[in-house]
Amino acid sequence: MDYIFHIAIIVSIYGILALAQNLVMGETGLLTIAGAAFYGIGAYVAGIFSTSLGLNITIALVAAPLITAVIAMILGTSFARFRDDYFLLATLGFLMIFNTVAKNWTSLTGGSLGIAGISKPHMFGITLLTPESFIWLAVFVLLIVAIICYFISRSSFGRALNAIREDEEALKIFGYKVSTYKLASFTIGASLSSLAGVLFASYLTFIDPTLFTVNESILLWAMIILGGIATNRGALMGALLLILIPESLRFIGFPDEISGLMRQCIYGLILIFLMLYRPKGIFGKYNL
Amino acid sequence: MKQVIETKGLIKFFDGIHAVDNLSLSIEEGKITGIVGPNGSGKTTLINILSGFYNYDKGEIFFSGAKRKKILPWENKIYGTGRTFQQIRLFNQMKVIDNILVVLTERNPFFALFERHGEYHIKCAEDVLKKVGLYEKRGSYAKDLSYGQQKLLEIGRILAIKADIIFLDEPFAGLFPEMIKRIENIIRELKNENKTVILVEHNMNIIRELCDHLIVMDAGKLLAEGRPEKVLSERAVLEAYLGE
Ligand SMILES: Nc1ncnc2c1ncn2[C@@H]1O[C@H](COP(=O)(O)OP(=O)(O)OP(=O)(O)O)[C@@H](O)[C@H]1O
Ligand SMILES: [Mg+2]
Repeated sequence: MDYIFHIAIIVSIYGILALAQNLVMGETGLLTIAGAAFYGIGAYVAGIFSTSLGLNITIALVAAPLITAVIAMILGTSFARFRDDYFLLATLGFLMIFNTVAKNWTSLTGGSLGIAGISKPHMFGITLLTPESFIWLAVFVLLIVAIICYFISRSSFGRALNAIREDEEALKIFGYKVSTYKLASFTIGASLSSLAGVLFASYLTFIDPTLFTVNESILLWAMIILGGIATNRGALMGALLLILIPESLRFIGFPDEISGLMRQCIYGLILIFLMLYRPKGIFGKYNL
Repeated sequence: MKQVIETKGLIKFFDGIHAVDNLSLSIEEGKITGIVGPNGSGKTTLINILSGFYNYDKGEIFFSGAKRKKILPWENKIYGTGRTFQQIRLFNQMKVIDNILVVLTERNPFFALFERHGEYHIKCAEDVLKKVGLYEKRGSYAKDLSYGQQKLLEIGRILAIKADIIFLDEPFAGLFPEMIKRIENIIRELKNENKTVILVEHNMNIIRELCDHLIVMDAGKLLAEGRPEKVLSERAVLEAYLGE
């Protein structure tokens, strides 16, 4: 039973990440691969708050989005000139910097050993020790993020983001300050991703730099492309499938080490097949 | 007569060539001003400059007498400027109605976040779509429209923002007679509402029919201007066209 809750927690965490990725990449058309970095920043904020400062995880749940927002805003402002593949490379650069800092600023991040002994969330007088209790928090945060994303998609702001994806130059002519919109979308997306990081850190109670590499970002791309670019339910479906499919490998009898490798191959294969046969994903109506 | 737009010695170059060359002209309020000229004479570049799409290199531009050192695209809303594109630029993977709604709703990102389009926006958008004859297509994606319908949707976007100064860059190009009639009627209606229309067009019959004033450009320069019948009979103008 614990195993099912464990999977549900992981799905929730990736659901949050995929929704955020969809907001920035699917709705706004910003090709970002920095998803794992903001996820990681959230996790490290939780780790540092919990171990060095002795603060409760609930505080990290508020602090991480704010800290991440500030970082994303600075980053987004300096990347404002970049479009498409240039933006992609710039975000990749940031992810590499993040990984390097996480690995080498030992006094803050614990270096390659990472941070251990992160506390489990403690709220309403109970500590969420088991997956069975932790799932409530994970689902709750996922729900909040989903509501925010649906709210944005249905707002005038969301429609403007779509128009930016389609033709930002043309939209400018109609009186939009496009760069402010892009910055806002990028910042909101980063903040939401950091929430997943906080959950992840306090669930695992242990983090290290290998957990937030470009592989994670690519997985997020795969999720929203599989589910269908620019739909929230597509992002959620993508997260669900890309967690469940590799997990199910274990039951077919693959040992853990091999199923890990198989996972990467499956992601790769899914991406290739999608691009060949259904570039719009399961629910998608859009191309990138 | 009020001059809505005035340029003095306007220059724009693209690596070496003068796309707009020392151009001084003025555009009168409430009139339809035609711009004609051979291919590459700088008509589109002029519109691009006046709508903030390109910056200009030298000269001066005045909108209603006020000098504009820089024309920033988002300021079009303030000055009431709208335009269409020679190469159609729609929000392709959005519905027809969303193409209109997006120019009707809140521009400030913070307020836009807490705004959802209401009955009022829908009604405005549907009125516009009825006017350009795309009401039945409101649920289709812009990319699935025919070429002519896409041109109409671009005009719809301009009607929606109720622009006072309207640049139309070859709105009739490649259209069937029936569509041409429809767009002509829309342009006449705009004139009746005292809007200023600047119309780039190659078809001289349409120019004669619609325009109050005609500007002829050649190699980025002003070749002639005046009443259409008169200008189109001038020798220099004929030569510019026949000589190409
Ligand atoms: N973005 C650009 N970069 C480089 N050169 C340009 C650019 N835009 C226009 N030009 C050049 O400027 C000149 C004027 O072009 P423009 O498009 O304004 O002409 P036009 O009068 O609109 O022609 P047409 O009737 O073919 O539409 C041409 O020589 C063109 O090649
Ligand atoms: Mg042109």
